[in-house]
Amino acid sequence: MSESANWDWKTKEKLLVDLNELQKKFIDIRELTPSDDGEKIAAVVQPEDKRFTTCVNGEVWDETFEKVWSLKFKPDNKLVSLVFRDFEWTVAVDHEMWEEKFDFIWNMQFTPDGRVAANVKKGDDYGVSVDGKTWENGFVEARDLIISPNGTKTASAVSTKRIKEGDIFGFQEGVWTVAVDGVTWDKTFVNVWGVTFSHDNQHLAAEVRLNLYDYTIAVDGKTWEETFGCVWEPVFKPGSYDVVAPIKTPQGWTLAMNGKPIWGNFIQIWNQKYSPDGKRIAAIVAPEYGKWTIAVDGSPWARSFSDAVLPPIFSPDSKRVAAAAKESKYPFHMQSALHNIPGNDRYTIAVDGTPWAEDFDMVWDPIFSPGSDKVLTKVEKNGRYFIAIDGRVGRRGFEALWNPVFSPDGEKLLIRCVEGGKYYRRVVPIGEI
Amino acid sequence: MAVAEKKMAVAEKKTEKAWGKIVDAGLDEGIKKLTPEKIEKVINKALAAMGGARLKTYVDTCIHCGLCSEACHHYLSNDRDPSFAPVAKVKQTMWPILKNKGRVTPEFIRRAAEIAYTECNLCKRCSMYCPFGIDMAYILLSVRRICHLLGVTPLYLQDTAHSHAVTMNQMWVKQDDWIDTVQWQEEEIRAEIKNPRIPIDKEGADIMYSVIGPEPKFQAQLMGQAAIIMNVAGINWTYPSFDGWDNSDMAMYSGDHEIMGRVKRAHFEAAFRLKAKKIVMGECGHAFRSIYDVGNRWLGLKMPPVPVIHAIQFYYELLREGRIKIAKKFKEPVTLHDPCNVIRGRGLGEMARYVTNAICEDFTEMQPNREYNFCCCAGGGVINCGPPWAKKRAISNRVKAEQMKETGAHIVITPCHNCHSGIEDIIKYYKLGMHTKFFSEILVEVMEIPEEFKVG
Ligand code: SF4
Ligand code: SF4
Repeated sequence: MSESANWDWKTKEKLLVDLNELQKKFIDIRELTPSDDGEKIAAVVQPEDKRFTTCVNGEVWDETFEKVWSLKFKPDNKLVSLVFRDFEWTVAVDHEMWEEKFDFIWNMQFTPDGRVAANVKKGDDYGVSVDGKTWENGFVEARDLIISPNGTKTASAVSTKRIKEGDIFGFQEGVWTVAVDGVTWDKTFVNVWGVTFSHDNQHLAAEVRLNLYDYTIAVDGKTWEETFGCVWEPVFKPGSYDVVAPIKTPQGWTLAMNGKPIWGNFIQIWNQKYSPDGKRIAAIVAPEYGKWTIAVDGSPWARSFSDAVLPPIFSPDSKRVAAAAKESKYPFHMQSALHNIPGNDRYTIAVDGTPWAEDFDMVWDPIFSPGSDKVLTKVEKNGRYFIAIDGRVGRRGFEALWNPVFSPDGEKLLIRCVEGGKYYRRVVPIGEI
Repeated sequence: MAVAEKKMAVAEKKTEKAWGKIVDAGLDEGIKKLTPEKIEKVINKALAAMGGARLKTYVDTCIHCGLCSEACHHYLSNDRDPSFAPVAKVKQTMWPILKNKGRVTPEFIRRAAEIAYTECNLCKRCSMYCPFGIDMAYILLSVRRICHLLGVTPLYLQDTAHSHAVTMNQMWVKQDDWIDTVQWQEEEIRAEIKNPRIPIDKEGADIMYSVIGPEPKFQAQLMGQAAIIMNVAGINWTYPSFDGWDNSDMAMYSGDHEIMGRVKRAHFEAAFRLKAKKIVMGECGHAFRSIYDVGNRWLGLKMPPVPVIHAIQFYYELLREGRIKIAKKFKEPVTLHDPCNVIRGRGLGEMARYVTNAICEDFTEMQPNREYNFCCCAGGGVINCGPPWAKKRAISNRVKAEQMKETGAHIVITPCHNCHSGIEDIIKYYKLGMHTKFFSEILVEVMEIPEEFKVG
């Protein structure tokens, strides 16, 4: 929000790059990526056979590489990419490269203050590097990168001991744990998944498997007293150290806080999310076999969906919940790879239990307006992309469209789109969508 | 001892000679930790969790007629040894478990595990011969569930389940190795087509293509071939850079339902995260079963939440619609193996024949075929039980060897990974002088490369 306040919300339209022209200059263009403020559009381009580089608003970087991928703009509008040449990977931030080189880099993300973090591999060591500063301790393997809310800490699920493939007994002794800034928890587990930070960056929770059968949640390495048939990813309650996770009991799935059930039973529960004020919790649930919906504070919406509901999103005022939902009418065996069956595999957005009247070939995540009164998203219809607000589809369709952004006052939308092969940045009043 | 049981005991001795006593630390060490009390407790808990109605119905319905025997390749290949009859496998495992209310010995569990994991491929051929359609595979999967809960699982299969648990893939492929392999394949196929592209994390692609762990691990050329097909056919597709790219699920076969569900969830969520409309999966059979039958149901999903199209159907559609054209058909004589999970299980038999005839000149059917085809004896996780069991697996599928030999084919098309490896083993063991191939291998060899993709 604070960043978007400084963006240009006045200029109605900027044509930034004619992609048709760009296309003529290069063998190919890939990973078209606009900056958050829409002022820049970047791509990985291939100026000559087997050489790649990046291009921002039509300006090509004169360094070339054997591989370039994972293009992302940082919030400060610097372009970050992962680049490879002469058998070494590094991170390029605009035209500056990290001095440190690696055998591989992946899961690249940004801290809120704009530093670049990624999982890295060097020699036999796996870990995390932040702005080129790599964890002192390397691990046998590191999977996933989790950044604390303020960006001061990084974590990963790590393996501490090399065991041979086929050593099932060694594995079952537990060689997995969590490392925070390279320092592991005291305890190891058979498995560790779903690592998450507390809101004050001080604590970490994760799903753990103690042996092949007993699952629970560990917080800073200390497990809940109770074990379960299965668990899914935990979350911290905002402003507290309480941890909430779905657990599987003989009666079904429920949500537990610090090991104790807090909801009734469902066929399935996952992706629980707290409201911004920390007072409400919503999750994807299956109240019955093959029926999916959102439950808020344990009460499922009356309307359910046959195929899937995607993770719930709270409004900024914590009062409303929206989620993408999907339904099918026809049996699975009628599916085709190349064609869509009319009326089948339809996506829509449901807000507080009520789906929009129209459905789509695809919907992106719902976005609430700053005032919580409107919900919009990007939708796909017949191969074109539109903005839909509160169920009403925008007049204009685009060849490509990135998530629209509300102006801080909620009156306008920033639209980053491709039309007629050209990339535009547009600012459009909500009423004109 | 009843006559039938005596016969079984004799038969057991006979077959033991053929492959000897098989040592498997997963089973042998596993039973050392068991006591009759522990077994009883675990079994009763497991049966209560299973609900038991389906199991009980099957067990009570069976009239012990033995009509299922002639269906089973283990039975036929082991000289009709009665202990390999489908009903006998249940008789040696689930019946005593139920009858004795879980009061069975560790040695009993060792034998039950051996039967459930290595003498039944869960192929369901016998269900077609049973007048009641009793689902033997379900019963033997339930035995496997019990064995898993008791910690008595074949070592190699258990290791695969561990790999799934850590990596969400079957072969311990690390996150960096996966991405590296995808990028490497893009470079590799530059020799085949001009300026190929393997998109990673392309949000909103029509298709997320998924493979099984062995592909990036040691058959990366199959990923390259898939990419050639995708590029030439003009498909808007992608791979995820993150976990969930593997569609396989050996935890389904080891009896570890929790890991099976976790792996399936990762797979479906990968497609949702990429906003891909469909998943097309490579040539794998059990993966298909795990997404539309077993894994999805454990999660509470009636069907996969994203349409999943098997490669056979994908190639069928591409060829039928002219998205891929054939330059010159494959000349060598071929036959086609019908993988149980996608032919008997999913009904893709006619599409498989359409593809075979479209790309091959000289195709001879195996007899019997389509849904009546014999299993490869690798499926159901049996090949994943590893080298200790390989000889037994080959001996127990003599009928497949005979079936293939009669076709006179040089190439056996096997649109499933387990079938592919398992049949190659049988070919070697019986010295049939043939080879297996995936559809994709032949397709890439015979397809027309349009002018704009021609190299040089
Ligand atoms: S291998 Fe197939 S035919 Fe034999 S018992 Fe198992 S499911 Fe039945
Ligand atoms: S054919 Fe059916 S009823 Fe007869 S023995 Fe086999 S499973 Fe039982």
